[in-house]
Formats: sequence, structure tokens, C-alpha cells
Amino acid sequence: MIDKNLIKKCQMASKKIRIDIIKMTYTVGNVGAHIGGALSMVELMSALYLGIMKYDVNNPSWENRDRFILSKGHGVMAQYAALKEAGFLSEEDLLTFKKNETQLFAHPSINIEIGVEFSSGSLGQGLSLGVGTALALKRKSNQTPRVFVLLGDGECDEGSVWEAAACSSHYKLSNLVAIVDKNNLQYDGPTADVLSMESLEKKWADFGWNCLSVDGHSEEEILDALNTKSEIPLAIIANTVKGKGVSFMENDPTWHNNHLTKQQFCQAMEEQGVQSV
Amino acid sequence: MIDYKRSNIKLWSRLGSCGAFGVAASELAQTSDEVLMITSDLCFYSGLNRFKSKYPDRLYNCGIAEQNMVGVAAGLAKEGFVPFATTYATFAAARCADQVRVNMGYMKLNMKLVGLTAGVSVGILGPTHISIEDIAIIRSIPNIIILSPADCTETVKATIAAAKIDAPVYLRLSGPMDNPVVYNEDYEFEIGKAIELKDGGDVSIIATGTMVYNSLKAAEILDEKYSIQAKVIDMHTIKPLDTQTIDKACKNNKLLVTVEEHSKIGGLGSAVAEYLSEKSVRPPQLIIGFCDEYKHAASYDYLIKQYELEPEQIAEKIVLKYKNMKG
Repeated sequence: MIDKNLIKKCQMASKKIRIDIIKMTYTVGNVGAHIGGALSMVELMSALYLGIMKYDVNNPSWENRDRFILSKGHGVMAQYAALKEAGFLSEEDLLTFKKNETQLFAHPSINIEIGVEFSSGSLGQGLSLGVGTALALKRKSNQTPRVFVLLGDGECDEGSVWEAAACSSHYKLSNLVAIVDKNNLQYDGPTADVLSMESLEKKWADFGWNCLSVDGHSEEEILDALNTKSEIPLAIIANTVKGKGVSFMENDPTWHNNHLTKQQFCQAMEEQGVQSV
Repeated sequence: MIDYKRSNIKLWSRLGSCGAFGVAASELAQTSDEVLMITSDLCFYSGLNRFKSKYPDRLYNCGIAEQNMVGVAAGLAKEGFVPFATTYATFAAARCADQVRVNMGYMKLNMKLVGLTAGVSVGILGPTHISIEDIAIIRSIPNIIILSPADCTETVKATIAAAKIDAPVYLRLSGPMDNPVVYNEDYEFEIGKAIELKDGGDVSIIATGTMVYNSLKAAEILDEKYSIQAKVIDMHTIKPLDTQTIDKACKNNKLLVTVEEHSKIGGLGSAVAEYLSEKSVRPPQLIIGFCDEYKHAASYDYLIKQYELEPEQIAEKIVLKYKNMKG
């Protein structure tokens, strides 16, 4: 049973993260941002950063911290917003997103001081880094930290994901968790049309993972799955909606990377219960 | 401690560059707890069998999955280990180019990528396995040190130096078994500092990898047959380039020659030419390396001859250019 207060805390954070993502997207103007895939991973971020992961804002490279690797790097707005909730970043920091000289690139850039473990952006590489990190922690006999890697379902087209998946189970990396944000859309349309990888659950299981499937917008289900004790690597297929929380974005592939007009911004904010000016 | 005695140098030469790498790996394991070996189903081929039997828990085999191997090594590096990831040079550089770019170039993670059988030592396996482009690919990625040892003794030295330096390194291993000996005793090896092996006042030959030996032989021919005195330099570090030594090589000599077991496009010759393009006064340069084509699969010696990289052929090219300049 997950503590009700913890669920509430994560839900509150999800709300704020979603608002921050909309604000960041609006702030970058016409260049737009990868908002659809950021909105689909909001609850995953709040469950991880507010409910599960251990870290120390005052000592970001603390040896016993849990490691988080965003393999679907384009979803990084959700991570930045979560890092704000965690205390690594400020509201002002978020508003530098995609601006010249910012630390907050459109894809994560390695910077442990703000809680970003690795650079990513080129898809299909994060899980290998996760394998290396998990192996390293085992070598150091550090039983405490876990390594969380968040992938996209479209990203699972990349063959290197499956090279890493096989390697993880071969080395019985019980400290490694892969989460797939399964929002069923990729750049060119529905994953089922572009390149069907069904069933993802079966594939991860066949690769030797303990595979669970959850509602990726239910903090309670996510927390419950993340608490699973497993002797083998744990894969969580999070069933999500791309653009979740903004009615005109949900399940619409044109919001993979797009910009917001003032009117759209106001509507999106209103849907979060925020009256915008 | 590694003993650079004659009998060892002879043995390493017989083993070839992969075997010499394995010797250095075992030495490193004794002196550093952080050094690890990662391979993609090429443990034996990388000369790591002895390492594996002595330190089984310090070798990770990733199977035939090179791209993942690079990422795994990068992850280990970030946690403080010093992993050496080994595969054929062409798979290391070409197949894993993006992983190399992101993990070693962009993130500057302290991992070492070992390119086995660079050049044409596995020529009999055909163009899929030879590597004539690896320097060009990796040299164009920022932040990666490129080491290209001249013989097996230098392979041992370069491997140990790679482990010690806190930076991503590409270690290019070339040459066949019974690799000719350039260094028959202990000497000072420093990353980024080329070694002048022979002085000469007419032509400066800057060579790397196996072509250091062939250039020394070519210099002998130039002297005996044509009375041309050639300086020979072992440019074991291709990046960062030892520009001081290049400046010195340019100073008095009439012709600058680069020789490499790599395509003429993008390798040592290109690196030197790029540097010299900034100079207003410089000697003419002759780039000797593989022409821009894949040859039919054949043995090492046969292909070196086909690509015109035997000592006599190198000497002939130099003489031709040298005489034309004079005329």
C-alpha cells in the first residue's frame, strides 16, 4: 500500500510540472518545444523525483543517490520541471530553457550540479549508460542506489535499446529499472503505423526483464510498480497519452514539437486551473 | 612492473599488437583497481584471455553488440572506473560513431576505445573488417585523444599511458603478428610528444603506426640509393598533434612527407596539412597512405604492396616528388 500523503504529494507536483511545461513552451516562442512527449511523462517524473528517488540537492554527486537517465532526451522539459520541484532548479532557471547560454538545453546536457547525470538526445543510448552505471554500482558493492532509465516507445525502434536490454538481464542487474513512456505516437504518426513493436510487454519479458504494465498517469500505480522488488532488471511499461492534460494536444502527433499561440497558452493554462493574463 | 627487456620485446612483437595490448592490460590490472576490460565477443582476439583467467570479474563481455558496449563503458567511466572497450577498429569507429561522439566527444567520459586490427592486417577478411577510415572519423570528433603506436612495445606503453590520462582515448592497434620492432629497449613515451627516431637534413618523414618501421626502412633506401637524408618521426599521437615537432621538421627540410596505414583522406597527412595551412612559409607536403578505394580481400603483405606502402615504394614516391621539386 502506498502512503496516501505520498500520492497526494506526487499529484500536487504533477500539476505544477504540467504548468511549468506549458509555460516553458510558451516562453520559447515560435521555435516551439517537444511538449507532447513531455506532458506524457509528467506523472512518471513526479513519482520518481517526489516519491521514489533519493538525492541531496546540497550534494548532487552524493555517492548513494539514485541515478536517473532520460534516454528520451527530447522530453526534458518534464525533467527540468521535476528538478525544480526537487530543488535543483528555480523558476527563473526554467525560463532560460532553449535560450542562448542556458544550462537547460532542448536535450539534457551532462551537469551533475543540476541533477542531470548524462547528455542525451540521440535516441537509443540511455539504457546502455544505465547498464554501465548499474554494473559500476554493483562493482562498488553499493547496494543502495537504483538506476532509472526513461525511454520512449518510439525510441524502442532503435536496435541499440535491445542490445542493452539483453545485456541488462545477462548481468542480472537487479538495480536497474527501465520505464517506457508508451504514448503510442512518434514523430511521423502512431507507433503502430510507423513501426509496430507490439507487444512491448512481451518483448521486454522475452529479453529477460520483469515487466509490469501500469497507467502512466496514475501516481499510485507508478509508485507501486517502482517499489517492486526484483532479482532481475525491472521494466515498467507506462501507458500514457501524448500531450496529456491539454485537450487540444492529446493524441495529436502535431504536438510532438510545436509552439503555442497566446490563445492556446491561455486555454492550456485554464485547463490546469490557472487563469493566465 | 613491466620489464622492457629484449626477450619481452621480442615476445610482444611475435604476439602482435593485440597480444601486446593484453600484456599491458594484465599489468594495469595489477596496478589499478579501476581498470576494466569490456569487449564485444572479442576477448580472445583482443589478447585478453590471460586477463580474463586472472581477473574474471574485471572483464565484461557485451556480446556482438558494439554500440551497447560503448555505452556500457561510458556508464562505468562516469562512476569512476577506467574501462577499455575493444572491438575491430572499423566497428569501433564507424559502427559506433554516434556512441563515440556522444559519450567520448560530447560528454568527455574517461573511457578508452581500442580499435583492433586497424589498417589491413585482417585484409583477408575483406573490406568489412579492414579499417582505412577510423582516424578520419574519430579525428573529426572533438575531445578524443588518438594514439597510434608504432610497434608492440609502443602498444604496451600507449595502453598504460591511456589508462593514466583522465580523458577519452582512441587506441589504434595495427600491424600483423610478428610486428616489426621499432623500439628494442625502454624509452620515454609521452602522449602528444612525437619521437624523432632518425635525423636527416633533406626530407622529413612523419609516420604513424606500422608505417614508422617502413619509413625507417625507406629512409635507409633514400640514403643508400639516392643520397637523400631523411629525418624520421614517430607521430604516435595523432590528436592532439605535436605541432612543435612538426614546426621543427619543417624548418630546415625541403620536403615534408607523412606516411600512414590509413586512407590519405582524413588521417595523419590531413591533420598535418590542416595545421600547416595556417603557415605562410612551409615546405611542400607529400601525403602517403591508402588511395581512396577498397582492394580485393588479400593478405597483409599483399595489400600493403597493392596500396604501395612497402619501404621501396615509399622511397620511390619520395624520390619522385623530391626530384620534381628540384627540377
